[in-house]
Amino acid sequence: MESTFVLEVPNDLRAIERAVDLVVGRCQTCEHHASRFRLNFRVALTEALANAMLYGNGADPHKRVRVDVTVNESEVLARVTDQGAGFDPDAVEDPTTPENLMRPGGRGLFLMRQLLDEVRYNDRGNSVTLVLRLEEEAASFDEAASA
Amino acid sequence: MSFSVVKQDGVTVVDVEGQLIVGNRQELKQKVLDELEGGDRRFVIDFQQTGYIDSSGLGVLVSLSKKIREQGGELRLSGLNEDLRTLFELTKLDTLFRITHTKEEALQGL
Repeated sequence: MESTFVLEVPNDLRAIERAVDLVVGRCQTCEHHASRFRLNFRVALTEALANAMLYGNGADPHKRVRVDVTVNESEVLARVTDQGAGFDPDAVEDPTTPENLMRPGGRGLFLMRQLLDEVRYNDRGNSVTLVLRLEEEAASFDEAASA
Repeated sequence: MSFSVVKQDGVTVVDVEGQLIVGNRQELKQKVLDELEGGDRRFVIDFQQTGYIDSSGLGVLVSLSKKIREQGGELRLSGLNEDLRTLFELTKLDTLFRITHTKEEALQGL
């Protein structure tokens, strides 16, 4: 069974925590994947929203960020779209190299890629789709439950 | 989300309750900088009651650590659960900070 929903989030950093809570709260199957949602999905969605607000929308309070969420038994997809001109995700440097380690910024996209199964941008670079697959942990949960 | 600051054995201890993310990281930064400007040099930030940290929160910790070191001080982190430790390991920031399991361990020898 698949469910979809859309959030329109004001371009306000203070709205991020509530938006993430709303998305995670709507995922009915997430209780079986608590560890991945507690950290991976929450952090990645926070990063995507912050990037959209700060860099995509240029911190413009009149703009908005749209979040399209699809949840089914095998995965959760969240597409985060801003109203900006887009950027080149391949131009982002590796924040774990010795020369970048002390930099205060530059870890957002890296964390998204590390924490999720898939992160893909549209050609324009103003919309990122976050994918977290659920099968593996669901199988483990079922095995544990039936043991 | 809230932060509490207490002085313990001459060390400034900051407890982070809730999330440390882009929407509130400046508040933590300002609290610590205020104490640094006031002459404090030894700091522990405790995450025992923290849900999650995003890259902005990590960035603030890096920035604070640098500023404290420049003043001859030290910042230690404590109380990170397994999830939060994962974030530090992924970003290799576990190599940058002294991280202890408990606040009490962090206070030892600081």
